[in-house]
Amino acid sequence: MRVRLEQIAWARSGDKGPNSNAGVLFRHEPLYRWALDALSVEVVGAHLAGIAKGGVTRHEMPNLLALNFILHDSLGGGGSESLLNDAQGKTHGQALLRLEVELPAGLEAYVDRLPD
Amino acid sequence: MDRIVRIANGQGFWGDSVDAPVHLVERGGIDFLTLDYLAEVTLSIMQRQRLKNPQAGYARDFVELVERILPACLEKKIRVVTNAGGVNPRACRDALGAVAARLGARVRIGVVEGDDILGRVAELEAAGADFRNLETGESFDRVRHRLSSANVYIDSFGLAKALDQGAQIVLAGRVSDPGLALGPLVHAFGWGREDWDLLAAGTLAGHVTECGAQCTGGNHSRWWEVPDLAGVGYPVVEARPDGGFVVTKQPGTGGMVTRETVAEQILYEMGDPRNYISPDVRVDFTSFSLEEETRDRVRIQGVRGMPATDTYKVSFSYQAGWKAHGQLTVSGPRARLKAARVAEIIWARLAAAGCRFAHTETEFLGVDSCHPGIGADAEAREVVLRLGVRDADAAPVERFGKELAPVITNGPPGITGFAGGRPKPQEIIAYWPALVPKRLIKTSVHVEEAGV
Repeated sequence: MRVRLEQIAWARSGDKGPNSNAGVLFRHEPLYRWALDALSVEVVGAHLAGIAKGGVTRHEMPNLLALNFILHDSLGGGGSESLLNDAQGKTHGQALLRLEVELPAGLEAYVDRLPD
Repeated sequence: MDRIVRIANGQGFWGDSVDAPVHLVERGGIDFLTLDYLAEVTLSIMQRQRLKNPQAGYARDFVELVERILPACLEKKIRVVTNAGGVNPRACRDALGAVAARLGARVRIGVVEGDDILGRVAELEAAGADFRNLETGESFDRVRHRLSSANVYIDSFGLAKALDQGAQIVLAGRVSDPGLALGPLVHAFGWGREDWDLLAAGTLAGHVTECGAQCTGGNHSRWWEVPDLAGVGYPVVEARPDGGFVVTKQPGTGGMVTRETVAEQILYEMGDPRNYISPDVRVDFTSFSLEEETRDRVRIQGVRGMPATDTYKVSFSYQAGWKAHGQLTVSGPRARLKAARVAEIIWARLAAAGCRFAHTETEFLGVDSCHPGIGADAEAREVVLRLGVRDADAAPVERFGKELAPVITNGPPGITGFAGGRPKPQEIIAYWPALVPKRLIKTSVHVEEAGV
């Protein structure tokens, strides 16, 4: 089943010097276990290639069922020197939730219907 | 005995809701109110204000707020802990004293100092400090001659000491944001400098609440599920001496506190979650459990901490040239294509006028300015073209501001939205992070009565 990440996850992003971070969070453990493979740095790095000019790295937070992605060189220099509309990465979590993924049949029960 | 201390945060940054702290005090049921007024650039603005006027250099908004809440805070025994002192906490104290006198009140005000090292840079370097850029490794030589502020993120024990001495309002400058919550807990529970797990728990509590409503439904991924965001309640932490705490909000307020609203905020501005460095402790953000207790109550326990580093972080700011932004609304058909053509025309005219910029930016709001490379869902019928320039020299930046309006009549049709006049060059105050050995920084605390 093809879904958008926003149907199964939550996210929050913010700035860290010249980088931003985008944390993605699940409610159900089977989804987190699936995400450990499905949301690889390659997959997320390709999705955010237009934002994270320096690639992405990933940290696992099993206690929160969350993955924290660092988006390197994503703020046009960062801070007050940046000319970007989103100079603080406030919207990068929403960008991550736009990722389309193929969810295995066994996990379809966890997919939420979102309002149009 | 299982004593509970309740800490509310009513201000996540300078510019946050002016009414949120008032509502927290009116509803009551809290022991401490924390208020964060500082961002990196704020301190350089305050240094400049103090240069012009020795009685300026702190958050004026805070003084106005105290005028509204002081009587209720004194009556309800709510103590206020804030970084509103900026680069001149003593002047802030004097202003608060005048407010208290006007209100016929008497108040004990604590001032925590030692974070402002702008006048100590040479002395600290001579003593062995190396202020190379913490992120890039660049030499301090690049910025030493054009600093506009220099502040150390000091630890939370000064805040606690001021509270120990009976301060009802504690004014600091650059303390760590989570420290505003940790300081009151160190005071209330007598936590020690090496109680790493407890300091970590207090730091996490401060991290969750430091951005105000960002843990109570603000900025929530599923915003449509959040009840009454208009009346969103700001966070309250109920902490226990063993380091366990509950994140909640006052009864009858809007918003919500769920596992997801709290966990989202824990992820905010997170780097390596196993090594979150504060001046007081290093926190392992993968150590604790988080569970929904009842409606609007999330319990966190089992936070683990590790010994603090032997350095403090320093935030320098320096003059880094000039920038300007301008926007034009470009309507369809073919709005995106047309906006790109308009940008080409403007850049070509500026080049013909001899303008060179260190950096330019062309963005298409309504298409992909926030999420470049992901693709738009549908073709936009109107696009806001946003152009930006940056240079060490203010002259081309000034010239840029004159080149936007002409395309409304001498470019393609259907362009509007040029409001607010020509973009003016803004001075760029950039940020330079570094470290300083803790042994070189001494903080001090003064508590005095003010008012009548």
